[in-house]
Amino acid sequence: MLEQIYKAQRLMDAACKKMGRPINIMEVCGTHTVSIFRNGIRPTLPKRLKLLSGPGCPVCVTDQSYIDSVLQLADHDDCLIATYGDMIRVPGKSGSLETKQSSTNVKIVLSSEDALQLAKDIPDKTVVFVAVGFETTAPATAVAVKEAAAEGVDNFCILSGHKLVVPAMRTLLSEKNHNIDAFLCPGHVSVIIGFGAFAEIVEGFGRPCVVAGFEPLQIIEGLGAICQQLAEGKAKVQSIYTAVVTKQGNTTAQKIIGECFEAADGYWRGLGLIEKSTLKLKDKYSRFDAVRRFDISEIPAEDKSGCRCGEVLCGLIEPPECKLFEKTCTPDTAVGPCMVSSEGTCAAWFKYGRERCR
Amino acid sequence: MTKERRDRILLAHGGGGRLTDELIRHHILPRLNNDTLAELADSAKLNLDSKLVCFTTDSYVVKPLFFNGGDIGKLAVCGTINDLAVAGSEPAALSLSLIIEEGFEFELLEKILAGISEAARANGVDIVTGDIKTVEAGAADKIFINTAGIGTRLDDADLGLNRIAVGDKIIINGTIGDHGMTIISQREGIKFQSQLKSDCAGLAGLTCELLRNTEGVKFMRDPTRGGLAATLNEISRGSGLSVEIREADIPINPTVQAAADMLGFDILNIANEGKFVAIVSRESVDDCLNICRKHPLGKEASTIGEIVETVDAPVVELVTKIGGKRIVQMPYGRELPRIC
Repeated sequence: MLEQIYKAQRLMDAACKKMGRPINIMEVCGTHTVSIFRNGIRPTLPKRLKLLSGPGCPVCVTDQSYIDSVLQLADHDDCLIATYGDMIRVPGKSGSLETKQSSTNVKIVLSSEDALQLAKDIPDKTVVFVAVGFETTAPATAVAVKEAAAEGVDNFCILSGHKLVVPAMRTLLSEKNHNIDAFLCPGHVSVIIGFGAFAEIVEGFGRPCVVAGFEPLQIIEGLGAICQQLAEGKAKVQSIYTAVVTKQGNTTAQKIIGECFEAADGYWRGLGLIEKSTLKLKDKYSRFDAVRRFDISEIPAEDKSGCRCGEVLCGLIEPPECKLFEKTCTPDTAVGPCMVSSEGTCAAWFKYGRERCR
Repeated sequence: MTKERRDRILLAHGGGGRLTDELIRHHILPRLNNDTLAELADSAKLNLDSKLVCFTTDSYVVKPLFFNGGDIGKLAVCGTINDLAVAGSEPAALSLSLIIEEGFEFELLEKILAGISEAARANGVDIVTGDIKTVEAGAADKIFINTAGIGTRLDDADLGLNRIAVGDKIIINGTIGDHGMTIISQREGIKFQSQLKSDCAGLAGLTCELLRNTEGVKFMRDPTRGGLAATLNEISRGSGLSVEIREADIPINPTVQAAADMLGFDILNIANEGKFVAIVSRESVDDCLNICRKHPLGKEASTIGEIVETVDAPVVELVTKIGGKRIVQMPYGRELPRIC
């Protein structure tokens, strides 16, 4: 293992030398972010190689208005909110699901299938599944919706917060003052969409895209592969997560997503409105859409807290540059979602020690 | 959120992390304070008739009631025995208090009582007093158990955070996270749950043997809720010294690690019910490991790190397998499964 690490480090050093300036590589996957911090990878990298944690944590990119909608639904006596664990601490305008969970209708589930089962078990409540996540969780949500339709489970619906990774990457690179030299591309998402999906980023913006797995060695080798491209002045799509990621991805999963969902414009925290970047249920499944069932407004909430999660998500600032970081905003008293989620950048900086994260 | 947190108890208040700490320091201690309680030790030390007696209590609300490797009854006996054991005492007697929901099946109660009796016998302790309450359906979740225990402190045991010094070694008697991941996996219906087994066991036999045969043990604690991360942070904060552990030396069952990875949990935060962490002098570490490894509950005992100087503030640091370093924080109190 050490030999592979040294090899990657030599590639990184060579790229830093060749570029003659600091290099910024963005990871767009929360699991990569956590693995990087948990395995203490940052301190082993050359000082001039900087890792930016991008919009890869599903909780962090979820817009405030979505959270407020979920909290609103949690107040309906006839609703049971079924949510992934990560979501329950995200603060909305009136508390969080965790504070509501102690008294009312919130249940943590591990999958959309568990949420559907809840609906079957508790027929006198409408189970609203908090459907967040990227292309990794969207197929499972689609399967649950199709199953609900086939079996006539009418007390089940979803509040879709599903998002697509590539439109966000495109948006980041379209910003004039972005500082991204390359992307370490998400392993789980790539299993579904295939590494070929990143070709448009390489072709449109000339930025290397390398897919890697989550073991520390995979991440280090992925960074090495990116640096090799940078040193050679190349930009191409590459996958070193060869065991599970193919060029075309999982076409069955893509087909299921396509049957249930269509791409729609949607709000991202920090990135604003992005064209065709979210997944909305198709009309034929509209009765399973909580937005249409409960007439939820989709106006983005104004954030007056001073929280700078949005800039953190775009790689424009590091968490300590936010005035709230470690002061009013800690994992126990989180103001923004990047401090709440276990995969959030601010939480990782707080948890694993700010000096060691640099 | 902060306001609502004052109005209501959250689940995390019982999770062994910072919110539990807040609850104890801000709500419990001011009302019930006495010198013995204020130490917040695993056992209270009471000097009765010139003998030092250790006294502890714990409540058990585990779900599911029956899990691979144990049940709520076995847990209620072993957990309290372990609190006595890590305080350097030999358990002498336990109390048992049951709070049972109306409608709870006798068959299940019998199974739990069997677990209690078996664990007590295996650890050579009698349950000498007890109580039963029933509550109406919905007022409790099936059954809650409280046990209290007393033990006599071994003459050779002089344990305390104040004895810990730079250079001391940290040992653990085996793999971490087994209990917590067994419970979580069974609760969440994860497929490979049958391969996981709780480490639930009474440790007094092993700890007494250790204390009787070596002089270098300075402090012990059982890393239950909050896992190894919480225990090491308590040791660091209590001693004012820093802790450095090595990831590669921490014994972990690969299936347990896989389950934790799948749910996005940090294995260091996961509960154990048959483990103790001991801080021992550098000179005695080999003897301690030898004694542990000869005992059925210490076969995989390992030195996982050492006590180091504090630079700015006391911290727990982990040297990762790739040679990086990171801070190990006090966990929040409730691990949440991640999204993908």
